[in-house]
Amino acid sequence: MSNVPGELKYTRSHEWVREEGDTVTVGITDHAQEELGDVVFVELPQVGDSFGAGESFGVVESVKAVSDLYAPVGGEVVEVNEALNERPELVNEDPYGEGWMIKLKAEGSGDLLSAADYEKHLAEEAE
Amino acid sequence: MLIKDRGRAGRRGYRLPEFDVERVGLEDVIPERHLRREKPDLPEVDEPAVIRHYTNLSRKNWGIDTNFYPLGSCTMKHNPRANEEAAKIPGFATLHPLQPEEQVQGALEVMHDLQGYLSEISGLPAVSLQPAAGAHGELTSILMVARYFEEVGDESRTTVLVPSTAHGTNPATATMAGFKAKEIGLDERGCVEVEELRAAVDETTAALMITNPNTLGVYEQNIEEISEILHDAGAFLYMDGANVNAIMGRMRPAEAGVDVMHFNLHKTFSTPHGGGGPGCGAIACSEALAPFRPDPVVEKAGDAYRLARPEKSIGRIMGFHGNFGVMVRAWNYIRMHGPELKDVTDMAVLNANYVRARIREKYRIPYDTLCKHEFTAQPPKGKRALDIAKGLIDRGFHPPTIYFPLVVKEAMLIEPTETEPKETLDAFVDALLELAEADPGELEEAPERAFTRRLDETRAARQLVARW
Repeated sequence: MSNVPGELKYTRSHEWVREEGDTVTVGITDHAQEELGDVVFVELPQVGDSFGAGESFGVVESVKAVSDLYAPVGGEVVEVNEALNERPELVNEDPYGEGWMIKLKAEGSGDLLSAADYEKHLAEEAE
Repeated sequence: MLIKDRGRAGRRGYRLPEFDVERVGLEDVIPERHLRREKPDLPEVDEPAVIRHYTNLSRKNWGIDTNFYPLGSCTMKHNPRANEEAAKIPGFATLHPLQPEEQVQGALEVMHDLQGYLSEISGLPAVSLQPAAGAHGELTSILMVARYFEEVGDESRTTVLVPSTAHGTNPATATMAGFKAKEIGLDERGCVEVEELRAAVDETTAALMITNPNTLGVYEQNIEEISEILHDAGAFLYMDGANVNAIMGRMRPAEAGVDVMHFNLHKTFSTPHGGGGPGCGAIACSEALAPFRPDPVVEKAGDAYRLARPEKSIGRIMGFHGNFGVMVRAWNYIRMHGPELKDVTDMAVLNANYVRARIREKYRIPYDTLCKHEFTAQPPKGKRALDIAKGLIDRGFHPPTIYFPLVVKEAMLIEPTETEPKETLDAFVDALLELAEADPGELEEAPERAFTRRLDETRAARQLVARW
């Protein structure tokens, strides 16, 4: 079973969200990195770019596939994880920590899942 | 080892006669600015070294001429040698692309015939042989759609719809042609979700790019309804013809409402392919799009053939006349089969269904219905497609396509093609069934019998060395 920390919120497209005031940190879940396999490249937006909830903000490429990354909530990018340019493997090694992707200044709350609901979503997908 | 490293200074594979004319220095006949400063660093080798070097390299190669090659989506069928003979005829092989039309009437006739054959197969009245390969044919088609809307002054068409099973080149094409690509999901049969499509189509829709049969090997049964939805909104239906090997002679895309499509002549009509070409991504289109075809097309005026620029052409997309050698092979292939071309389709579909039916006992088959020329399978739970693929190499088979289409986890896309006998299919299935039972630890070591062991794909991608 993949790791689903209780304090985070989630999307059906397997991003996680950590809310700190009106700033949210976004990454992909342990389940997502497991499914993708070894991540070899992460394309992230620039600070100052804005996205609506559900819009693609970047791309993650693994040995198996190239997948879009979707903004869990709308907002302006205030920081991106530059470390991923050199070390994309951080997404595999520490998806909820050093493998974070962007920080957004959130506008609105988006349609997010609790940890329990995300686990239910994973169980449904596995069927 | 490179061929250069096999040589010694002064070693030769030939002997020239003694000079019997006056020696003239190069600098006396060629202006100095055109002379190279250093001699070219050419390999200096004898003939046996050359023969061994290239023979040994070829033995490391896996191809359709050495092994069964069920690489889904790629149609790695046998390439009849009669095609090669046709392409080698000096009257074709030695032509210069700048020769005047009256000297190349035979070549133009072949192109004109081929335009007609593709028109007959597609049901669409106009053809261009210019695109160099499939993705280029896609781009050409969507550029023509863009030019059409420009011509009629409709500026609202900003979106191209693409099903989630599409080849990655489809959304790339839409983006390169200046559109926004929007994905459409699948229904439970693996076909385009018609209601989702209906909701997505509006006055901003320029086209839907559909592959039929799609990359799951499933025929899009609602294609007529889909074309109506698009046409009612004033949009076009583009068909990615990568999988024409599953329908030619049995289904004419125009009759299902397709407005424009591409063919992969190098796949469906058999030219050695893979590794980057040359290919031919010929397109066929409706009367409405015909004036926008690339320049040139071949026309017949009286008894003569000539090159012409369509009235509102999108312009040149390729040097000279396109990849002519591929056209000769396709012409030859179509002429060899004649009206029996549909047998190719039938046998491709039969072979795929035979393999599907036999591996079902051990492999999971998503969207498990009668397939067309290919189908997706998943390894037994807990096993990885990558390991099965590597295990197949040790058993003498080229692996199927893996991890595509993206909508199927651990996908294995298997396309046997029509040119394989039942014994080959049975041997392949037996190998797959054996691998389904194999100990995963043991498979991690595969391939053990190939000339190179398992490559570290992750390291290769993360630390890419693009030159040496």
